[in-house]
Amino acid sequence: MPDKYVTVSTIASDLRQARQLEDSLIHEVGRFGYSEAAVFAIKLALEEAINNAIRHGNRCDPDKRVTVRVELDTAEMSISVTDEGPGFNPGTVPDPTADENLEKPSGRGIMLMRAYMDDVHYNQRGNEICMCKRNA
Amino acid sequence: MHENTPRLTVTNEGDVIVAELVDKKILDEVAITQIHEQLAALLGPVAAPKLVMDFARVAHMSSSALGMLITLHKRIREKQGELRLCGISPSIYEVFVITRLNEIFQISKTRPEALASL
Repeated sequence: MPDKYVTVSTIASDLRQARQLEDSLIHEVGRFGYSEAAVFAIKLALEEAINNAIRHGNRCDPDKRVTVRVELDTAEMSISVTDEGPGFNPGTVPDPTADENLEKPSGRGIMLMRAYMDDVHYNQRGNEICMCKRNA
Repeated sequence: MHENTPRLTVTNEGDVIVAELVDKKILDEVAITQIHEQLAALLGPVAAPKLVMDFARVAHMSSSALGMLITLHKRIREKQGELRLCGISPSIYEVFVITRLNEIFQISKTRPEALASL
């Protein structure tokens, strides 16, 4: 088993490229012996973060790119996903579990990332999310 | 290439339509849109549709897939129909609980239980 895996990947705002990158990163996670629950959490968070970067950050602009940085060892995985959009204030996103929002079809991605990862924060501009998952 | 791949296996049990999701991962917009379109085509001609969606093969799904289910659920209710979900893995059921969507959807453990509830 390798000691550490560090990678920086840049993809176009393209969901097919996103899926390929996610599959490749999840394959690496598997090599470090993470639990099934941790792999589920990481896969979900990666999916939501990259989807948000492409759809909401870059507005699917094919000229804008998404950069994904990963540091992975047997203890924890750190992920940052950066888009080239103007950024946003995550504090203004409505709570999707509030009664009045329960049947709205969108707005659950950030909440799910926060629920499944051990640490989630954004940079000041709001165009980069950093997440960490410990291999408990 | 997925563009023309059926995303659902559809059977009829009496007046109930059973749609089993084929893919292990329900993640990207293309797949989710295809699933929604296939379901819309199935349900369109039915006056008060009864639909069971079987997730037995699904290991991962995104928040976009949850959104599709919410939209589908609304359309079925508008037609005085009923929707049941079944075969959901514990990991995915936890997603429903975290988002409180287990309070919106009627979820059965197995397909026979879902059918019996309609």
